[in-house]
Amino acid sequence: MTKNGKIYFEIDGRPCYAEKGQSIIDAAKENGVYIPSLCHFEGVKPAGSCRLCNVKVNGRTMTACTTPVADDMVVENEIPELDELRKSIIEIMFVSGNHFCPSCEKSGNCELQAMAYRYQMMVTRYPYEFPVNNVDANPDHIFLDRNRCILCKLCIRMIQKDGKNVFAFNGRGDHLHVVMDEELASRMTEEEAQEAMDICPVGAILKKEQGYLVPIGERKFDKLPIGSDIENK
Amino acid sequence: MKDKIVSLLKQYNNDRSRLLDILLDIQDEYHHIPQEAVKIIADQLNLSRVDVEQTITFYHFFSLDSVGKYAIYLNDSVVANMFGREEVAKAFEKELRIPFNTVTEDGLVGIWDTADIGMNDQEPAALINGEIFPNLNPAKVKTIVSGIKSGEEIKDLLPAEVGDNIQKEGPVLFSEYEVGAGLKKALALTPEQVVEEVKDSNVRGRGGAGFPAGMKWDFCRKSGGDEVYLVCNADEGEPGTFKERVILTKLPKLLFEGMAIAAYALNVKLGIIYLRYEYRYLESELGTALQEMRDLNLLGKAIGGKTGFDFDIRIQLGAGSYVCGEESGLIESMEGKRGEPRNRPPFPVEKGYLDKPTVVNNVETLCCVTKVMINGSDWFKSIGTKESAGTKLLSISGDCENPGVYEVEWGLSISEMLDMVGASSVQAVQGGGPSGTCIDPSQFNKKIAFEDLATGGSMIVIGNQRDLLRDFILPFTNFFIEESCGSCVPCRSLTIILRNKLVKILDGKGVKNDIDELYGWAAQGRTANRCGLGQTAANPIITSLQNFRPLYENLIRTNQEYISEFNMEDAVAESCEAVGRVPNIHSN
Repeated sequence: MTKNGKIYFEIDGRPCYAEKGQSIIDAAKENGVYIPSLCHFEGVKPAGSCRLCNVKVNGRTMTACTTPVADDMVVENEIPELDELRKSIIEIMFVSGNHFCPSCEKSGNCELQAMAYRYQMMVTRYPYEFPVNNVDANPDHIFLDRNRCILCKLCIRMIQKDGKNVFAFNGRGDHLHVVMDEELASRMTEEEAQEAMDICPVGAILKKEQGYLVPIGERKFDKLPIGSDIENK
Repeated sequence: MKDKIVSLLKQYNNDRSRLLDILLDIQDEYHHIPQEAVKIIADQLNLSRVDVEQTITFYHFFSLDSVGKYAIYLNDSVVANMFGREEVAKAFEKELRIPFNTVTEDGLVGIWDTADIGMNDQEPAALINGEIFPNLNPAKVKTIVSGIKSGEEIKDLLPAEVGDNIQKEGPVLFSEYEVGAGLKKALALTPEQVVEEVKDSNVRGRGGAGFPAGMKWDFCRKSGGDEVYLVCNADEGEPGTFKERVILTKLPKLLFEGMAIAAYALNVKLGIIYLRYEYRYLESELGTALQEMRDLNLLGKAIGGKTGFDFDIRIQLGAGSYVCGEESGLIESMEGKRGEPRNRPPFPVEKGYLDKPTVVNNVETLCCVTKVMINGSDWFKSIGTKESAGTKLLSISGDCENPGVYEVEWGLSISEMLDMVGASSVQAVQGGGPSGTCIDPSQFNKKIAFEDLATGGSMIVIGNQRDLLRDFILPFTNFFIEESCGSCVPCRSLTIILRNKLVKILDGKGVKNDIDELYGWAAQGRTANRCGLGQTAANPIITSLQNFRPLYENLIRTNQEYISEFNMEDAVAESCEAVGRVPNIHSN
């Protein structure tokens, strides 16, 4: 079935239309359906790493950011099993980092925090790990606080200076962390630092010498939960 | 150093996709990757330094700090520990007067832990500058260390003695054959007919997943394109397997011929063998065998006299990463990147190596292909079971009289297997390695077959005297934590949470609720993660909870709902040490 050259698919029983080849997450957005994600940015090659956008595609669990829609695809999104999995993943992110929202500059604008509210996380079921992480504050305009990093890879995929990647992974497994190229980062302008801060979904990349600029009540997620801009369109 | 590295880069045409080879050469030369080299590589390849370092830090055998002129990697697999690894490790520490995972002050020798090196049939074993030293004991350690100190060549430290330990030769892999006969038969057919024959034979992937090889080939053909790659996955990293080591030693030409048959069927010009770093000691002999194949016109130009059929094989060395055994992680690694498995779709048969259609087949699978061509698909299907045709090469180790490699027909039961290897008073069999199943005696009637107990070939026999949870399940879980690429949140972080919970129970601090939570939490990874590693990382915990629950129950405090106590002295020890105070703890 097609309409205006678009293909038909369903999310939770709701009829949807999308361009062939579009990812499920982007196609859902166009149809007013929010699929949660912390590592997706439209137009950037998906990483499929946060695993929050896991949906059921014809009964199989797949990430919505990496799977293209297909004719008559049946997608399940808001079902108890996935809600539970997503809540669990959010909790895992909280315990495996050091996320102290009240003192964080990104509070109110942080997507992880907003996601925890959306999924009504009160406390985590998992014990906190309180890992020891280093902060890198050497460059003039930008600093990296690994305590808040969720390793979504957005900075690695999106932030370049002179055509080279400023950020990269280092290590693997439980040693995996993000590093900043000192030479490139030290040459970043204030505007570029701001851009990097805006790309980071949490408070791991911050612009130096400013903080708490937006008053409580006017921050991104103060009034409406994350995803409502898509759902209320 | 600059000129040396610039000319090395030139040897590889400043090709970023050959970064792994470049780094291997530098690591060999300097015993680490110096910062200066990182900078030169970054400049020449137009990358940032952190970009180069992200590849370096992904692999176990690359290091930014010196690993020693003689880098001794002592296997730390569970089976090595069953057979005296600790004694050997202590002997190294004593002889060298340094603790593990450090280098002597003069930079001469470093001693390091390493994950399974594929020598479970001759443990404890170590890898020293690429050479294997099996069956170690404290006396041999003494000889090795004194040899190193007096400047002997690596090969002269001890007589080389990696055993093949072929305990049973079966009808497929080890049957007599004439080199070139399979390729000759294939060349008499059209490529389509070759694919049909392989499809009809029902050869399934021997790496563990069991995907039908013929179907994979068919998908690849349908992807089209002039540039198609064939990759032989010789990165057997599943702890407990070593059968590919034996194939690569004894039957390399059977493998190369299978690759040439696949190349003919799929129109491939270049085949690549991804050889795990731990097996680099086989590289030169494999090179010799390749040359002999070329001399026989079974590789090279106009193979078998067929004009236009040109195909050759190169060896790509890995650098120490379990997850690179996953086919898309392996492709990333071959492109000189971190071995992070890719998201699918697209599948490698559509977009693989250098984004071209790529077939990745296991060593044993390709060997089966040669025999299928020689003897026909009906012959192949007459062996094994209906759904699992042919034989399986098993690597059997642990508490048994005759560890080694066994070629058995699919359908053999676990108890028949245990009789065959001379194992009695068996507590458990770890079937298929840590990512497989921990099987208890009530299931020893299970059959080794895709339809019952699928396995890539690792079989670890665990005797009654062993501490299953502490000495097997815990190190298996730690193995997955270390080897995770770290991309997916549940694989990277949930496995740590599970390990900590397991340790809590092992420490006698668990209550019933802890067992229930452990089981409930562990299930999530199976569907939530991207690749096979993440999906099976909790299998040691899940399958041992399913089959050995009483072992857990014996460790918990049954009379308590919660444990609220904690040890005050332990809790304040670190801060007391920092401020130099003696704790003054009041107790009532």
